Amino acid sequence: MKEVKANMAGNVWKITVSEGDKVDEDQDVVILESMKMEIPIASEYEGSVKELKVAEGDFVNEGDPLLVIDE
Amino acid sequence: MIKKVLIANRGEIASRVIRTCKKLGIKTVAVYSEADQHAPYVKIADESYLLGPPRVNESYLKGDKIISIAKAAKVDAIHPGYGFLSEDYEFVRACEAAGLIFIGPSSEIMKQMASKIEARKTMEQAGVPIIPGTKEAVISSDEAIEVAQKIGYPLMLKASAGGGGIGMQIVHSDKELEQAFSSNTKRAEAFFGDGSMFLEKKLTNARHIEVQVLADEHGNVVHLFERECSIQRRNQKVIEEAPSSFISSDVRRSMGESAVKAAKTLGYTSAGTVEFLVDQHGKHYFLEMNTRIQVEHPITEEITGVDIVEEQINIANNLQLAFTQADLRMEGHAIEARIYAEDPKTFFPSPGHITTFDLPEAGYIRHETTVTSNYQVTPFYDPMISKLIVKGANRKEAISRLSDALSKCKIEGIKTNIPMVIDIVNNQEFKNGNTTTAFVDEHYLPMLAKN
Repeated sequence: MKEVKANMAGNVWKITVSEGDKVDEDQDVVILESMKMEIPIASEYEGSVKELKVAEGDFVNEGDPLLVIDE
Repeated sequence: MIKKVLIANRGEIASRVIRTCKKLGIKTVAVYSEADQHAPYVKIADESYLLGPPRVNESYLKGDKIISIAKAAKVDAIHPGYGFLSEDYEFVRACEAAGLIFIGPSSEIMKQMASKIEARKTMEQAGVPIIPGTKEAVISSDEAIEVAQKIGYPLMLKASAGGGGIGMQIVHSDKELEQAFSSNTKRAEAFFGDGSMFLEKKLTNARHIEVQVLADEHGNVVHLFERECSIQRRNQKVIEEAPSSFISSDVRRSMGESAVKAAKTLGYTSAGTVEFLVDQHGKHYFLEMNTRIQVEHPITEEITGVDIVEEQINIANNLQLAFTQADLRMEGHAIEARIYAEDPKTFFPSPGHITTFDLPEAGYIRHETTVTSNYQVTPFYDPMISKLIVKGANRKEAISRLSDALSKCKIEGIKTNIPMVIDIVNNQEFKNGNTTTAFVDEHYLPMLAKN
C-alpha cells in the first residue's frame, strides 16, 4: 500500500477518482488549490484506490496523505 | 469630507492605501483574517478588526461583516483595493444602502463592465475599437465551432465574467475548442457563478497596453498615459513599465483619446483602467475595463507624480480634478517587477516561512510589500508578496537599476520568481523592447530549457 501525498499546502479543490477505481502511474488523482492556482497531484503508483483520506474542500498541509493506493 | 476609511483588503495594497490616508490626515481601519494577524498593514492602521478564518469566503469576501465593522467603527468610506470585493457591484450597492461611501465607480457601471460581453458592446457603440469576435455569448460548443470557422483560428475563448486569466484559453482547432469550451464553462461557473463564454480573434505578436484614467463627478476625465504589461505568465502580469517603448506619440494620443471616450461614454467616475491589445502595426483594440485601482498603478505615479489613491479619495469627496490633460506630463521611465512566492521554473506556488526578507534601498527604488522577515506565507491568497518599482531617466537606466536591485533582494525560506525576473530583464530581446505577450513562451522558457 502506498500513499499519495500533497506536495504543497492548499485546499482540496477536486478529487478525480473514487474508492475502488484503477489508476495508472502519473494519473492525476487530486487537484489542490493553492495561492489561487490549481495544482494537479498525480499518483506515483499504479493500482487501485483503497481509501480517500481527504474530501473536497479540506485543507491539507505539505506531506499530508491524500489517498491510499493498493498496488 | 472623508475622515475615516476602512480598507476592505489585505497585503501590500492595504498598506499602500493607509499610507496616502495618513498623508491626508484620514484615520484608517484594517480588517484581517486569522492568517494575516501579524501582517504589516494591520499594525500600521489606526484600528484593526478580525474578519474570520483564513479562507476568503470566510473573511475578505464577507461583505456584510465588513459593512457591519465599518458602521461600528464609524468610518465614512470603504476603499476596496483590488481583487476581493473591489469589482462586486452588489457590495457597492450594500455600501451605498448602509450610507457608506464606496471609493470607486457606481454599482451600475461596475455591473456593466463586469460582463466582458456587455463591455464589448458598450465600447463598440462608443466608437472604441474592439477585437473581432462574437457579440453575444456562444451557448454550445457546436455554435462556438461554427463561429470559429468564420473568424478563423487561433482564437481566444473567454469567460464573460472572467478575470485573472481564469476561464480563458487559446484554441487552434475545432477539437481544442470543443474540449476547452466545456472545461472553461465549468471553471467559469465554479469561479464566477457565470459560465457564459465568448470568442475573440487571437492577435499574434500583440502587446498588452493599458491606459489609466481619472474621472470626477463633474464630467472631467483625464488619462495618465499608458502602462505596458506584456510580460506575463499564466495570463498574469509579471513586469510592467511606463511609458511603453513600443508606441509612437500618435498611437499614445489615440489610445488616450479612446480611453477618455470610453470613460465619458460610460459616465465613469474614480480611477479606472482601460486595457487594450496593440497589434504589431500599432492598432489598438479594447480588451476590458478595470473599475478599480490596479496592482501596477505605482509606475504611473512614478512618471506623472500623481498619487492615484489620493485622487480616488478626492473624487469620492466630490471634488473636481485639480488638473487638466494639458497639465499632465510624463517624466522618466518606471518599471515594476512583481515578486511572487513561486517556483521560477514551473510557476507553482511556494507558500512557507520566510526567514530573511531583505530588500535594497535607494532614492529611485520603491517597495510595496505584503510580508516581512520571519513571516509565514499562507496558501490562501495570491502569491504576490512584494512589488519592486524602480525609476530611471530613461528605459535603459530603469532596466539597469532594476537588474541591480533584483540581484540585491535577499529572500530566503521560500522560492520566489526573482531568478526569472532577473533572466528576463537581462535578456537582450527585453532590452530591445521586444516585449510581446508571448515573451515568456518565446524567450524565457527556451532559455530555461537550454540551461
